[in-house]
Amino acid sequence: MLSRVANSIYWMSRYIERAENVARFVDVVRHLVLDLPDEAGNQWESLVQAAGAEELFAQQYGEATMANVIRYLTFDRENPDSIASCLWAARENARSVREVISSEMWEQINRAYLMVKDAGAPARVEEDPAAFFSHFKKSCHLFLGITDTTMTHGEGWHFGRAGRLLERADMTSRMIDVKYYVLLPRLDYVGSPYDNLQWAALLKSISAFEMYRKRYQQIIPKNVAEFLILDSHFPRSMHYCVIKAEESIHAITGTPGGTYTNPVEQQIGRLRGEMDYAHIQDVLDMGLHEYIDTFQGRLNDLGQAVFETFFDVSVMPKLPA
Amino acid sequence: MNFRGYNTDGFYDELFDESGRPRTGAALLIQKIEKLPSGDLVRRQQAAEAAMMNLGITFAVYGDEQGSEKIIPFDIIPRIIEADDWRRIEQGLKQRITALNLFIGDIYGEQKILKDKAIPEDVIRSADSFRKQCVGLKPPKGLWCHITGTDLIRDRDGQIYVLEDNLRCPSGVSYVLENRQLLKRTFPKVFEKSRVRPVDDYANRLVRTLEHLAPDGVADPTTVVLTPGTFNSAYFEHSFLAQQMGVELVEGKDLVVSDGFVMMRTTRGLARVDVIYRRIDDDFIDPRAFREDSMLGVPGLMEVYRNGRVALANAPGAGVADDKVVYAFVPDMIKYYLGEDPILPNVPTYLCWRDEDRQHVLGNLETLVVKSANESGGYGMLIGPASTQQERDDFAEKIKAKPRNFVAQPVVSLSRSPVIVGDHFEGRHVDLRPYVLYGEDIHVMPGGLTRVALRKGSLVVNSSQGGGSKDTWVIDDAPETADVLVTQSQQQSE
Repeated sequence: MLSRVANSIYWMSRYIERAENVARFVDVVRHLVLDLPDEAGNQWESLVQAAGAEELFAQQYGEATMANVIRYLTFDRENPDSIASCLWAARENARSVREVISSEMWEQINRAYLMVKDAGAPARVEEDPAAFFSHFKKSCHLFLGITDTTMTHGEGWHFGRAGRLLERADMTSRMIDVKYYVLLPRLDYVGSPYDNLQWAALLKSISAFEMYRKRYQQIIPKNVAEFLILDSHFPRSMHYCVIKAEESIHAITGTPGGTYTNPVEQQIGRLRGEMDYAHIQDVLDMGLHEYIDTFQGRLNDLGQAVFETFFDVSVMPKLPA
Repeated sequence: MNFRGYNTDGFYDELFDESGRPRTGAALLIQKIEKLPSGDLVRRQQAAEAAMMNLGITFAVYGDEQGSEKIIPFDIIPRIIEADDWRRIEQGLKQRITALNLFIGDIYGEQKILKDKAIPEDVIRSADSFRKQCVGLKPPKGLWCHITGTDLIRDRDGQIYVLEDNLRCPSGVSYVLENRQLLKRTFPKVFEKSRVRPVDDYANRLVRTLEHLAPDGVADPTTVVLTPGTFNSAYFEHSFLAQQMGVELVEGKDLVVSDGFVMMRTTRGLARVDVIYRRIDDDFIDPRAFREDSMLGVPGLMEVYRNGRVALANAPGAGVADDKVVYAFVPDMIKYYLGEDPILPNVPTYLCWRDEDRQHVLGNLETLVVKSANESGGYGMLIGPASTQQERDDFAEKIKAKPRNFVAQPVVSLSRSPVIVGDHFEGRHVDLRPYVLYGEDIHVMPGGLTRVALRKGSLVVNSSQGGGSKDTWVIDDAPETADVLVTQSQQQSE
């Protein structure tokens, strides 16, 4: 497969996943605003903080009201991580590999793009954000379903899956971080009913609430953290994403599992191995925020290794005859 | 909606005869349209447009950073060509392409046609599109123009003329294939009963034409489509064709010359490429052979090509026959190489580098169409009857300064075909671009791209100038259908 094509499929997938997760971020706060008392502070502001965009936001929008934050996260093309920007980037990548993906995939990406673009008047979205975001998430899921059922599960598909899962691992970790680091307005909230409400909201926005319930029943922060970080079967947990991304990398290279021939396999194998045998107490001892920070750093390195190993065309070995 | 009051006066109409009756092949369609409940036709038009938007059959509006896109304007009323007309077109095109291919080979080879003075030597010497780098080239199988899109027009009296031969990178065939898909959805019943000849095997034939060129000894050739990239206005088509053929779509930066072969950069290293369907002009394909500043091409490509280790379609240099002065001599080529009379005539053409012709052109600018010899896409044109005195004066100066650059033709009253305008039909001018593949044999796609000048009264059909498109139905004779089926099944069993 052409390096440029693999690169585009990988990023197309990542951007779609990113867009979907932005919708999930908005969701978590929407749930919180409904459940928490007013004195809990402005939950919308926490989203801006999580994006590290306080200064820019203050300049362009002023106050972090729901309307402003939704506008910034959903429609603002100046914000490179807004849903509109992600979809635009996903679609540009898809456009450059249209001959490789199925036409159904292209049509769906195009429809999602047009849907956000033509939502046009953000006022309509602000009126009923739940409807818009749930529709939007569904259209991302539809894309995924179409991808799985219409594209050969060969090299290109594996690049797409690896990209999607690395992005998802990163996004799930960020959402945990928002809860733990940003939403923790006062220390005396920890362990209070409000705290549990926040954890429940987090689970809901990751579509993990019911699956968590089946596994642990009671909402206890330590268990929630374990479920979202270390569970190996829930498809949005960080561990699961790493396991499946590793599978795809090995499917691409043909290297047997448990061995490595390039930095990507080495780094992801090591990360997976550590997570395979990690205990949640290790994570909490390290500090949840610190653990997540390190995890994100390692995903960044991994992304760089993927680029250098598979996509960088400036240095290129010759295929043996 | 019905055709009462539809006006065909003064022009040849493709669907109605001069007494206002539907032509034989169009009768069923007209009947069906007239029977549709009010508003239904407009709904079908809108459904077709929505489908195009969702399928991303669009072009970017330049200068709009928000990425505005428009669909290529499309009218759902098909243009219909009857079997007799088509037979002549098909024969005429085969004859023409045969002669053009011989001509290009001769021009870059022995130049017999010049030595025998069947064409003045000056014509070629002065053609911008003559590539001296191609002299002595021996392209695979002796073929130069594998893919041609010839522009045909029909005059008031029904006579069909060749307006242009496009031998470089003719585009538009993807719209033919997409338009057909849309029309099958729009008029399923009429379609089924009308014996419309199929166009859907084009991609299949194209990949066969390309693989035919593979270097000897390559059993399972790797074929690619080379595109300038996503910013090119024809990118949709490049990617569409690659997808339909199931081959890689590459950009210049994906290719590299290594150890005397063209290689593409893959996730597993370099892999050899055998046939390149290039959608990049000669000037840009190899900065070492042509324009040094080209960022789109592959350095060293021409050397590999010269050594027969990669095939290019169309062959570099084939564009020499696109020159509008050279065009004027195609009937002479047909006589010279084939000893035949041309089946499809040229539009009469005045060559401004001939003193006599130039005097005539300068004296009659207001009745002529003046064209630049090397432009395409409807640029660099003067349409005399629609021009101002100032424009004519400017063109006269240009002609005097560089007579070789200009040709002139009488204004042809292009035939018209009905399009939907609001709640009624109006006639709009159309042309036709059939696509011709030259591989083991010559195949003319039954139909082609019908371009339509959507602006009232306009004669310019180019999409860059407000043109749109229509599906083109070539109606089959009943007995001939049987023949086609037989040959197709023979081909499949081979």
